[in-house]
Amino acid sequence: MKIKQVFRITAVSAAIVAMGMATGCRPQTSGSQSVGDAASRVYVAPGEHDEFYNIVSGGFNGQISVVGLPSGRVLKIVPVFSAHPENGYGFSEESKPMLNTSHGYVPWDDLHHIAISTTNGEHDARWAFANGNNTPRIARLNLNTFETEEIIEIPNSAGNHSSPFITENTEYVIAGTRFSVPIGTDEDNDVSIDTYKKNFRGTVSFIKVGNQGDMSLAFQLVTPGVNFDLSRAGKGKSHGWFFFSTYNTEQAHTLLEVNASQRDKDFIMAVNWKKAEEYIKAGEGNLVKARYAHNKLDHNTHTASSTMMEEVLQLDPKLLKDIIYFIPCPKSPHGTDVDPTGEYIVGSGKLAALIPVFSFTKLMKAIEDKDFEGEYDGHPIIRYESALHGVVDKPGLGPLHTEFDGRGNAYTSMFVSSEIVKWDIETLEVLDRTPTFYSIGHLSIPGGPTAKPHGKYMVAYNKITKDRYLPTGPELAHSAQLFDISGDKMQLLLDFPTIGEPHYAEAFPATLIKDKQVKIYRIEDNNHPYVTKGAGNARVERDGNKVHVYMTSIRSHFAPDNIEGVKVGDDVYFHVTNLEQDWDVPHGFAIKGANTAEILIMPGATQTLKWTPDRPGIFPFYCTDFCSALHQEMSGYLRVSPANSTVALKSSLGE
Amino acid sequence: MNSMQPISRILILLSSLIMVALFFVPIWQIQMWAPQYPEWLSMHIWIDNITGDIAIINGLNHYIGMKEIHVEMFPEFEIMPYILGGIIALGIILALIGKQFGVWTYLVVLVLAGIAGMLDFYLWSYDYGHNLDPTAAIKVPGMSYQPPLIGSKELLNFLAFSAPDIGGWLAVAAGVLGIAAAVIEVRKRIQYKTAKRNPLVIK
Repeated sequence: MKIKQVFRITAVSAAIVAMGMATGCRPQTSGSQSVGDAASRVYVAPGEHDEFYNIVSGGFNGQISVVGLPSGRVLKIVPVFSAHPENGYGFSEESKPMLNTSHGYVPWDDLHHIAISTTNGEHDARWAFANGNNTPRIARLNLNTFETEEIIEIPNSAGNHSSPFITENTEYVIAGTRFSVPIGTDEDNDVSIDTYKKNFRGTVSFIKVGNQGDMSLAFQLVTPGVNFDLSRAGKGKSHGWFFFSTYNTEQAHTLLEVNASQRDKDFIMAVNWKKAEEYIKAGEGNLVKARYAHNKLDHNTHTASSTMMEEVLQLDPKLLKDIIYFIPCPKSPHGTDVDPTGEYIVGSGKLAALIPVFSFTKLMKAIEDKDFEGEYDGHPIIRYESALHGVVDKPGLGPLHTEFDGRGNAYTSMFVSSEIVKWDIETLEVLDRTPTFYSIGHLSIPGGPTAKPHGKYMVAYNKITKDRYLPTGPELAHSAQLFDISGDKMQLLLDFPTIGEPHYAEAFPATLIKDKQVKIYRIEDNNHPYVTKGAGNARVERDGNKVHVYMTSIRSHFAPDNIEGVKVGDDVYFHVTNLEQDWDVPHGFAIKGANTAEILIMPGATQTLKWTPDRPGIFPFYCTDFCSALHQEMSGYLRVSPANSTVALKSSLGE
Repeated sequence: MNSMQPISRILILLSSLIMVALFFVPIWQIQMWAPQYPEWLSMHIWIDNITGDIAIINGLNHYIGMKEIHVEMFPEFEIMPYILGGIIALGIILALIGKQFGVWTYLVVLVLAGIAGMLDFYLWSYDYGHNLDPTAAIKVPGMSYQPPLIGSKELLNFLAFSAPDIGGWLAVAAGVLGIAAAVIEVRKRIQYKTAKRNPLVIK
């Protein structure tokens, strides 16, 4: 072989390898496949309104975002468990009690799930409930003001993940603990971690919801030590029952990734809460000591109060029979979802290669016939096959959650295979599948968990974003995708970025609440102890080292706007009343050096900023919400004198 | 000959009774639109009150130095119910008496009251629009803010619209009934005169 030939062959081979490397010989994969007229189907013209309100959990930001559908536009961020410097939530004297817990002030939480209130299993959209996962709490938002009105802490819980899910007439909001923990007194709870099986217990709490939405912790069921993941109430024929998915029925306390994935089947725990109510009526509950905060906003004083509760009523279903039954469910079920008729209960075993669907009728029959296959910690285990309606075979990998469209179809999110699978509830046949970008967690259909889904759209909340938007460094907005589900095939319409890390969301028709929105608070109804009704009553008062500033704001001045006689070491309370009675005219208040935040005061409301001046000087304050043509003039000066000063306390406006 | 036609008596009676409604509905309205107020701000003038978005209008108007509107600034509100009551009583009495002069009297009183009302409204709105606080934040040379007597007018970023409210339209209707009665009486008179000259034509 001549050198020239060798050289030529080498060159050709190198060229082929180079071409292969450059163009790639990989097979084609499915990209995003939005339909041709997608833009016009999600377009909401300027000045027009979206068809649906979508109430979206913010995950680790502790907030809720309000998103319009189908546009995907963010309409509002509502602070729930997290302090919000933007409007002073958690910083104003009025809102601090809202974040109080038995651990003191906790200005953050991990908000996972949303429940919109229902009547007869259908959305009435009076309130939205949300869970705080880390320091177990349940919050209630008023959907006419989009404010957090109430937060109740859950005692004997740790990792409040299996909540807040509601019964069909919003009789109860429930909260199941993710982590089982010892639940005695503080002294009893100091045990070795490896005594899990002996000492750790789970709890599911039933919070009663009153006519005005007021929450109270009605009772807790004490359960075997397992992890509760998610839950759903029965409805229609299964009203009176609640279904909880469980994992770590192995009762492992370390390396759960492996040790909690050993059993072929964990359980769905079926709870007969009507039975529990009967036991309570019969006086079978035990009042035990527990410390938990109950915080509530009063709309007339614009002030939240926090009450520390002392006791909780507990039931022990091990002794009180017929409350709890365990249904075997393959491989660490995540979602447990009940179809609109209340007949079918779908368990999504996140490590399983199938989706089991249980029949409520069969479940009742099995209970009646005592068709049990054993006991779990003293509780009957229903025979798997006896409760089973059937399984969806090979649906995909990593099923997590299932929602319904009210037309006999179920939609299950698949984390591992990154897709949504549509299947027929009766025949269990897979009808369609569509990729999501990427690795979907929850999915949400307007009204999807209710007895009467509104259908039309479906949103995928994805856990991984990668290349979907312009890249923004290592951390990316979590991506959501809107699908049209009105036809036989799911059609991708829109990608939209989200706030925080959404887990679950619920959407409902805008017509349910849009005409009920509160526009202003009536100044006549303002019963705040430090309200100033009219600039003529504006003043400053000293009480020891506390200085109370009774201040008003109206376009475009504060009264008073000159304050003197404040001394270093004083605690100054600015009680600002917004005298406006016009929609969309909040005023803000901020003062130099305040190591808290601003406060944003709605028309007719009073809010208080506490400020401790640390040095003498002149401190300007100003309105932070661009309110009017003379907004920049809406300001004032406060003079701070040394602690031993004799400057008299006085305030003025226009002098 | 000096008696009203029965139909005129009914018309006068009806006319005065219609005006009873003016105690219960506003007479006049002023509506204001601006880019920031797509929903329109409104002011309703009653015989003894002024309602609507007064606080908001006052808040906005202080920038250009207009006086704050309060019920107390209208002494008219004290006497208007009596004037209205008087007109209604007059109409009823005249209809009951049933003499022809009653039609003329009623119509003249009604028209004079209407003119007086509009004049009073004009004078107030002139003062309200021209008598401005010299320390106002916004001063536009040569600009005054008198709302239109009737119809619409641009005032800076606002478009003001002034027109009768329900009560105003009812008053107009009452006036029309009065005029109808007068027309009937005039025609009867002409007919009567013609008949006198030519008795054969009389029906």
